[in-house]
Amino acid sequence: MPLTKQEWLGLEKKAHELRKATLDTTFWAGSGHIGGGMSVLDMLVILYYKYMKIKKDEPLWEDRDRLILSKGHAGIAYAPLLVDLGFNDADQLKTFNHTSSKMGMHLDSNKVVGVDASTGSLGHGLSIAVGTALAAKIKGKGYKTFAILGDGECDEGSNWEAAMTAAHYKADNMISFVDRNRCMIDGKTEEVMALEPLADKWKAFGFIVKEVDGHNFKELAEAIDFAYENKGAPVMIIANTVKGEGIDFMEGNYLWHYGAIDEAKYEDAKKSLDRHYQKRVARVE
Amino acid sequence: MAGLTYTAVDSTALATTELFGKALVDAAKAHDDVVALTADLAKSTKMVEFKDAFPDRFFNVGIAEQNLFGVAAGMAKAGLTPYISSFSQFACLRAGDQLHSDICYQKANVKIIATHSGTSFGQAGSTHHAIADFAVTRGLPNLTVICPADGVETYNAVLAAYGIKGPVYIRINRGFDMVLNKTSDYGFEIGKAVTVHEGSDITVIATGSCVYQALQAAQFLDNTDGIKVRVLNMHTIKPIDREAVIKAIGDTRRIITAEDHNIIGGLGSAVADVIAENGQACAFKKLGIPDMFMAVGLHEDLMAGIGIDSNGIIAAVREVMGKDFEADENWDDEV
Repeated sequence: MPLTKQEWLGLEKKAHELRKATLDTTFWAGSGHIGGGMSVLDMLVILYYKYMKIKKDEPLWEDRDRLILSKGHAGIAYAPLLVDLGFNDADQLKTFNHTSSKMGMHLDSNKVVGVDASTGSLGHGLSIAVGTALAAKIKGKGYKTFAILGDGECDEGSNWEAAMTAAHYKADNMISFVDRNRCMIDGKTEEVMALEPLADKWKAFGFIVKEVDGHNFKELAEAIDFAYENKGAPVMIIANTVKGEGIDFMEGNYLWHYGAIDEAKYEDAKKSLDRHYQKRVARVE
Repeated sequence: MAGLTYTAVDSTALATTELFGKALVDAAKAHDDVVALTADLAKSTKMVEFKDAFPDRFFNVGIAEQNLFGVAAGMAKAGLTPYISSFSQFACLRAGDQLHSDICYQKANVKIIATHSGTSFGQAGSTHHAIADFAVTRGLPNLTVICPADGVETYNAVLAAYGIKGPVYIRINRGFDMVLNKTSDYGFEIGKAVTVHEGSDITVIATGSCVYQALQAAQFLDNTDGIKVRVLNMHTIKPIDREAVIKAIGDTRRIITAEDHNIIGGLGSAVADVIAENGQACAFKKLGIPDMFMAVGLHEDLMAGIGIDSNGIIAAVREVMGKDFEADENWDDEV
């Protein structure tokens, strides 16, 4: 399913709207994991608005494609998307992180409609994704499972346990991503705990690896199309991204893993997102 | 399971884990959503029979317990009913975060068969003694915790767990258990203690391998001391059978608990909660592992060493019966 120019423009528009909604949600919450939310957002957008088979009026449809957001702290970017799909009430975003809200920073699959797994403790999502992928094979279902990991999260050993299982059982119905924004709480990934050569690690664990610009929908689409055609092994798409993508004073700065937004920052960020959108649209082919 | 009754003859020929293995096969024959997973312990936990019968529904994830629990959670979320096995120590602590977040928090319909529990793998030493799993699992919402007393009860628990839509932790021993139940047809019900010996002087509430020991002690004390000991098989640790405990307080006013687990956080603590909240005076003593790492040794030797065998329970009953509660002016011994 190659990406047409019209589709690409549509995805850029959707991503821009959801970036603004993520910023709004962070502002209403007072603070949030906005840096990693902005870096992962384009992956979420292309999956939900181009590829994933879901039914808006039947969120628990048995044959739906699944998405396991292993970097559960990006809930602040995921929640606006799940609202946009019509799964949840828009007013809930205004209560994000507030006492007794259905939406906390790590989304609860029993409370937020459309969330396939409650994540938050890092290094859990890939195992859960392997489970849903193998279940599809046992039950003869054709659905896909998508997993999105943070790069810092790859420090967790449990990911590599899951990786071995995915390869051993040939989970080729599972398509995984690493949001490679190169930042974690305490600093740059390569300074805190070096991950490179990350692609070689996944290859050594039996994955077919594609590396793309995680903010380029054409490259993402090509990698996902490749993964759909692939048979016999799981695919890992390493998406090179920018922490805080779209908000200039956050971009690439690990200190924006989690941050607070006041009114002045909120206004600056909105203007930055508009400029970012113009730049992104200008490169659409 | 309709049509299947295991008897003492079967159980004496089979280790407890083997009866788990047979129950798992029977559950899978009855329900095609049952799948089984283990972490390189198919032989030790007796999943081999299942593997042979249902090779397409069996998964061995290698020595990777965290992943075992996560994969099972994913399968449960996709509508399957996974039974997963590992040693108790690894099930509650190595995979503890996955047990908490992937299974209990999400109410994933996973049945955890935690084998080699307590000190039943005594010779393996403290790395393989599960002395804190009741404490861990009691603290996890949505989780039902069962500790069968013998192989036949294990068979019942494994099948009954299927009927609960949510996670269940079943803690069983390595090797052979003394036979408590001569047949599986004795009315096992999750959450309901079984009175295995009636008595009016004192109640011993026991779980797992201590139930048989308590029964031996009760029979001995009846003959030698004339002490009438009620023995409750508290096979479900959570939710605890509060009614049975409160009835024991009222009827006997003296309670001893016995478990192959640290005395902190296990059956004794659960019973103590009920006694304290009930508000009626009750003499109480907890038998278990006295908050220490245990020696290496045979299970029966270790149980004897900390007084959770029949001799230890007899001594504890005599001690509690010998206390002069009349000296306490607040003690009302009228029952």
